[in-house]
Amino acid sequence: MRDAEGIRESDLTIRSIREPKWFPAVLIVLCCVPGVLASGAMASDIIAHTRYFGSNPVKEGEHFLGEWTLRFIIASLTVTPLRQLTGWNWLAKHRRTLGLFAFGYLMLHWLAYVLLDVQLNWGDLVKDLIKRPYIMIGMAALLLMIPLALTSTRNSIRRLGGKRWNRLHMLIYPIAILGVIHFWLGVKKDITDPLLYGVCVAVLLGWRVVRWWSRREAPRAASLAGAP
Amino acid sequence: MPIRTNHEPTSSEITPETLYVDRRAFLAAAGAIGAGAVAALSGMPSLAVAQHPQEPQAVGKPYGLQPDDKPTPWEDVTTYNNFYEFGTGKGDPSQTAGSFKTKPWTVRVDGLVNKPADYQLEDFLKPSVVEDRIYRHRCVEAWSMVIPWRGIPLADVIRRAEPNSKAKFVEFTTLMDPKQMPGERSGVLSWPYTEGLRLDEAQNPLALLAVGVYGRVLPNQNGAPLRLVLPWKYGFKSIKSIVRIRLTDATPKTAWNQAAANEYGFYSNVNPTVDHPRWSQATERRIGEFFKRKTLMFNGYAEQVASMYAGMDLRKNF
Repeated sequence: MRDAEGIRESDLTIRSIREPKWFPAVLIVLCCVPGVLASGAMASDIIAHTRYFGSNPVKEGEHFLGEWTLRFIIASLTVTPLRQLTGWNWLAKHRRTLGLFAFGYLMLHWLAYVLLDVQLNWGDLVKDLIKRPYIMIGMAALLLMIPLALTSTRNSIRRLGGKRWNRLHMLIYPIAILGVIHFWLGVKKDITDPLLYGVCVAVLLGWRVVRWWSRREAPRAASLAGAP
Repeated sequence: MPIRTNHEPTSSEITPETLYVDRRAFLAAAGAIGAGAVAALSGMPSLAVAQHPQEPQAVGKPYGLQPDDKPTPWEDVTTYNNFYEFGTGKGDPSQTAGSFKTKPWTVRVDGLVNKPADYQLEDFLKPSVVEDRIYRHRCVEAWSMVIPWRGIPLADVIRRAEPNSKAKFVEFTTLMDPKQMPGERSGVLSWPYTEGLRLDEAQNPLALLAVGVYGRVLPNQNGAPLRLVLPWKYGFKSIKSIVRIRLTDATPKTAWNQAAANEYGFYSNVNPTVDHPRWSQATERRIGEFFKRKTLMFNGYAEQVASMYAGMDLRKNF
């Protein structure tokens, strides 16, 4: 461990910050906040005609939950680069929390769409699904996310083996891209917000590509340099 | 119920609309208070205070309303707006249009007419009788409202301009003023916003040039000081803050059609059988209601407008 006991105070660097005891609990509570607020506000707006979500609470609430899904996907993708940059390896175990919350918000977003927006009109649901690319893309992302949620337990990692589990969970990369495209195709004209999420996803995936590339090149460069 | 406002009321909001819209009414009101300028000036603030905090009553003659149609609350009508000149969010216009200057306001009527002219808004309105009409409103985004407008028939304005025999279309243009309209500094649409109608559509008695809503002067976010209202067409055809009305012989270019021709046609008549490429137009959500309603052909105004489109393929001419 880098932050082993007995180091002098001057040796304390950013890499030596340990996980605060309160962190896991606070993280979970924070992750719940947008969902609790959204559910409460939508229920109040629909039943009591308040305007927390403005005049069209179903649409606004549905979009709010969709954006939070993307935010949690992005947060889960941020864990590894942040860990590599800071050396806070304890962050790794919270990737699962963030990923599961992303799935939870995706479910809420989907339920808002099916129950409140389309109101279980099966004809419309089927028509949406076969005619509208942004719905198809959103549904594809949802389907891809189900195996990730199902294999989020420690047991699954053991059963699948770390390597296969890791490979399966790389599905989050296409899911993130599909999520941004789904948002992009859904907006009427102003693409500012989807562009912002797109940039975040591009940077986070780009980081991985660059690291993968430089690791592949590094040994070869070293061997080439040592050749003569 | 008190009305919540996010900003200080502008002078146009607290001036009683009838006084602002119609000078004859202004004089009559002043006379009633006690005659003379002093009485009028002292009377106005008290009128304003008495009037402003009240939820306004919907006034006007219902046009094409269904039995269960009720006016959408003032709060929704004035805070849920698509007016991209003031931002693309529904709440942006009511939050950022407060300081928009609508006085003085000049309207140019020109093109293929015998009587082209620039009008001050007051002179533009004076020859017509201002009417209160309650219309259904259907946005292309599949939400709808019922709105009590105040305005003059567009046909009056067209008739006074005396279109010549070559005139086939009417083009409308919104004010271009990026300093006042922050949205015009963005590239979301090509500015200024333009819209268009066939001449016979513009002469349809339903086409209204609105100057007020709920018996009040049009709030800036609703397209002050002068906007079009075409209840049988999707809302974006009802162009806001109009500065120019031009008669042409060619189909006018329209803002949304230029932005996405496959999604927004020139006609854009409300039609439940022709879907937007990205969503269904068969149903709509009435603002303030949970369960969706069926969308009606021409938004319920088929009787008044369907004959204008007889023999046309409305799938092609969407």
